[in-house]
Amino acid sequence: MQHKPAPEIGDDAASMYKTRVGLILFAIYAMAYATFVLINTFTPGLMGQVFLAGLNLAVVYGLGLIILAIVMGLIYNIMCSRAEDRMNHTEDK
Amino acid sequence: MIYEASPIAIGVFVAFVVMVLWISFYFAKRTKNAKDYFAAGGHIHWVVNGIAFAGDYLSAASFLGIAGMIAFYGYDGFLYSIGFLAGWVVALFVVAEPLKRLGKYTLSDALDSAFNSKGIQLMAGISALVVSVCYLIPQMVGAGALVMPLMGLPHYVGVVIVGMIVIFIVATAGMTSTTYVQFLKGGLLIFFSTLLVIAMLNNGMSSTPSADFHQPVTLDATLGDDGAVVAVSDARYEIVAQRQEGSVQLVLLEQDSVQTWWSVTGEGAAVQLQETLSRTMRTDGTVLYNGAPQEDREFFQIGSFSRIIVNGEEVGSIDRVGPFQFLATIQESDVIRFIPVKFNHVGDSVTVWYQTITPGEDLMRPGVRFKIDEGSTLLSKLDFVSLMLALFLGTAALPHILIRYYTVHSQRDARKSTVVAITAIGFFYILTLFLGMGAMVSGVLDVESSNMSAPLLAQNFGIILFACISALAFATVLGTVSGLIVASSGAVVHDLMHHFLGMRLTEKAQVRAGKSVAIIVGGIAILCGILFKDSNVSFLVGLAFAVAASANLPSILMLLFWKKTTAKGITASILAGIVGSLGLILFSPMMWDIYGLGAANAPVPLENPGIISIPFSFGVLVVVSLMTQPKLVTEQAPVMQV
Repeated sequence: MQHKPAPEIGDDAASMYKTRVGLILFAIYAMAYATFVLINTFTPGLMGQVFLAGLNLAVVYGLGLIILAIVMGLIYNIMCSRAEDRMNHTEDK
Repeated sequence: MIYEASPIAIGVFVAFVVMVLWISFYFAKRTKNAKDYFAAGGHIHWVVNGIAFAGDYLSAASFLGIAGMIAFYGYDGFLYSIGFLAGWVVALFVVAEPLKRLGKYTLSDALDSAFNSKGIQLMAGISALVVSVCYLIPQMVGAGALVMPLMGLPHYVGVVIVGMIVIFIVATAGMTSTTYVQFLKGGLLIFFSTLLVIAMLNNGMSSTPSADFHQPVTLDATLGDDGAVVAVSDARYEIVAQRQEGSVQLVLLEQDSVQTWWSVTGEGAAVQLQETLSRTMRTDGTVLYNGAPQEDREFFQIGSFSRIIVNGEEVGSIDRVGPFQFLATIQESDVIRFIPVKFNHVGDSVTVWYQTITPGEDLMRPGVRFKIDEGSTLLSKLDFVSLMLALFLGTAALPHILIRYYTVHSQRDARKSTVVAITAIGFFYILTLFLGMGAMVSGVLDVESSNMSAPLLAQNFGIILFACISALAFATVLGTVSGLIVASSGAVVHDLMHHFLGMRLTEKAQVRAGKSVAIIVGGIAILCGILFKDSNVSFLVGLAFAVAASANLPSILMLLFWKKTTAKGITASILAGIVGSLGLILFSPMMWDIYGLGAANAPVPLENPGIISIPFSFGVLVVVSLMTQPKLVTEQAPVMQV
């Protein structure tokens, strides 16, 4: 195949930083997800308890996981973009 | 069930499909070389790409399967929404960007840039092909489910139509067309689903969901000393037979020479017979629905409240509800569900769906389908954890998702695309909870197919909305299927023919070979779509995710993050992942049911293989890598700079 790496992907000074941010955010999300699975597995009764606005923990936690993923995606994007500007810009100087 | 075709619905539907084809042709003219065909030339705007990502991902599984599973089992279907979106976190934070930084198109490319190994090229190509085909099956099943209520056609016709159109699109255009098509329908699907949810909430909740809703009939009955029914209050009915199936007592009654099954409820003087739904396959091959031929339309749609409770008080209906009130009301109320039971009666093969009242609080938390609370075993809990693990890890390992990450020019745009996609998909998945729960109590369900729940809910709100949503869902299937077929033809031409076999084809020959592969894979998908027609689409996707996660994820992660990974370790891991996961599925209860051997007799008791096959694949990678370490440190395999 004739493809080549995209040209502007050269040395990216923010690379290590972005990887670390990604892994930290991943770890936080993975813990929230694992806790959800573990509560369901070991104390499923807890999921039926009314928690917020008449909704039970299952609904609140489930919707929360979806919203958390969106929020963390936005945070990741902002942190990475800023790091790219900052670090790559400094190098240019 | 039998469905009536609507000319308006068919008109809107056909217009939509023609539009999709036109867009494909328009962009086909601009597809000049092999690079354009496989990855759209790398110049698509990040917003377009982000919504197209969503369009790819919001497949038939999301729309049809999840809504259907929620409509039939409550919250358990929503677990798929949660897991599918969580998978994006893995894809974005851990996998996508480091791979993109390598400037690679496919997993095989990335692996190849680290190790120049024939074994890896072969296994990576095979894995992309296997995962694509596994993921194609539920899409095709979904396609069939859509055309039944839309056009009144049999399931297999829908499967064949989708197969033919997609083969046509892919064989004539390639990826560029599918990116714009995915963008369009991804956006429209979210828009129309939002409309449907708003319409549903505005409509309120009622014990009589619609004017033509069939309220199941109840008869008073008298039990004899032996517990058998001896008399029925309505003299027109005659008792023909009785039987006990598990916990349910069934009575066969005859009226005007039509025989129907009834379930016995209550005790003492308050014994009642409740109307059921039944499908009887007679020895001569004819099928009766509620004792009559299909065209007599005795088979009714179901789905209603037994009691609606608001703030502790029973009410008949609520005019309009807010989203939280909607969920809270279902949680407080009781819902009538129909549970299937299968048996043989005087040689006929009978399935009876009998009524059962399920408290809303059970439906609003996991446990109705996946046994994790009452009636759970260690194995059933393990099955649940297995599913959640596969959903979490599967997304990052899907070939047709990763390939789109490389169609955006810069890293920054690729990342923004992914965030756009996560937001759009997350929003849509929140809607699935409302669509599913709404369908459950709107009197629209067809007990024979959970996959049709969302389109049937739309039908409740007018034929135009129904036609638009069906056409969009159908286009969703078209888009996902074409994306998968492009990915699999890429795998064969690029990984197997070009890299592994070392065939040096001209660009033109490569594109031609890709198109030939597309036709073959499309044919396989059509056959499988017909074979698996009775399975829930999300469930099938869950299995495809397990295969993808087992085959690809250990290699991707270890390549990026473990310095001792060797080429042989990766080759062995991909092989172990494919064989392990497919092996467990082929011997699982679902397959045993399809083989006709009875789900209970399956040698592997787990429905979801991930919990075994994913760690197995990881383990094989680690062990084989450690066994095949180069002797000198300086000869170690190059490791990705991340």
